[in-house]
Amino acid sequence: MKRQGGYIWQGLGKRGMKRFDVDLHIHSCLSPCAEMDMSPKRIVERAAEKGLDIIAISDHNSAENTGTAVRLGRMKGIVVFPGMEVNTREEVHLLAVFEHVYQALAMQEEIYRRLEGENDPRVFGEQVVANIHDEVEGFNERLLIGAVDMGVEEVVDKVHELGGLCMASHVDRPSYSLISQLGFIPPGLDLDGIEISTPDARRFVLNYVGEGPPLVCFSDSHRLEQIGSRFSTFILERPVFTELIRAFRKEGERRIEF
Amino acid sequence: MRVRDIKEMLGLELVAGSSGLDRMVQGGYCGDLLSDVMANAPQGGVWLTVQAHQNIVAVAVLRELAAIILVNGSKPDPKTIEKGEQEGIPILLTNQGSYEAAGRLYMAGIGQTRDEAL
Repeated sequence: MKRQGGYIWQGLGKRGMKRFDVDLHIHSCLSPCAEMDMSPKRIVERAAEKGLDIIAISDHNSAENTGTAVRLGRMKGIVVFPGMEVNTREEVHLLAVFEHVYQALAMQEEIYRRLEGENDPRVFGEQVVANIHDEVEGFNERLLIGAVDMGVEEVVDKVHELGGLCMASHVDRPSYSLISQLGFIPPGLDLDGIEISTPDARRFVLNYVGEGPPLVCFSDSHRLEQIGSRFSTFILERPVFTELIRAFRKEGERRIEF
Repeated sequence: MRVRDIKEMLGLELVAGSSGLDRMVQGGYCGDLLSDVMANAPQGGVWLTVQAHQNIVAVAVLRELAAIILVNGSKPDPKTIEKGEQEGIPILLTNQGSYEAAGRLYMAGIGQTRDEAL
């Protein structure tokens, strides 16, 4: 007797790997240093136009524009994950990316509890929360540019506890980077990836990383025209979060190229 | 001057590395970017910083520094205390800022060249 399931399994076995262009480091107008036209709507439209398959919105210490961006991504047919760029106690930038908005908001709750100060828009810039129609919903009044009273290890652990991926941002840069602030990558720090801001930095950074987590290269866009300028190509079965995790772990034929 | 002497002089609180208290202090350095400290801190110097992460102990060992002073009320992570104890690097705390603490150390002759001391 022929079992029905067999046919489906054969189909699955034939499913091949595909290439997806990924940029998990894009700031929206919620980040004080990003330009005002970086609304979730324009980011998603520009990313789609540039042929990116998967993006994340990662604002400084906040995820308040991620829900809007994820909804817009579904409407425009591009995968958007909610993210955040956390500024740790050591003034190290760590990039967190989650599967679901509620996870990013749980991270945000923890961050807000340990982030002091009030933004001065004249000095740092406006922090705009926008809706899917490209309208201003409100202004965030916290000092999002500030450092959170959490150490790097604590942030990595919290992101993992919530089911997210955690990368060290732009470690080749002279400021706010794990290497500039702490001299070297702390042994035992459980990062999923190491971001560099240009492929040229690969050799310099590999001296510090060794056999550690894989390198990625993202745009760290603060202006619309930067979107698409840098990205990494992920070789995955499907454009879903669990596949991203497996690519960072180099499972099977999954890998990250740039 | 030994680490023990500057502890008394500035009224610092010792939280780790008491085995290194008799080390001689030769010069000093202020900095919170560990990449900068790794490149520039003088051997045998005392290092003033707000950075409290455990990597500071490794930097002190690498540069053969005499001691670390955490300024401005900065509190070390538990791992930092543990490593300081293991490596015998004294970790001292003060509520003074880097400017004031370094000024007092300098006035006491630490890091002055012979001409300046005269």
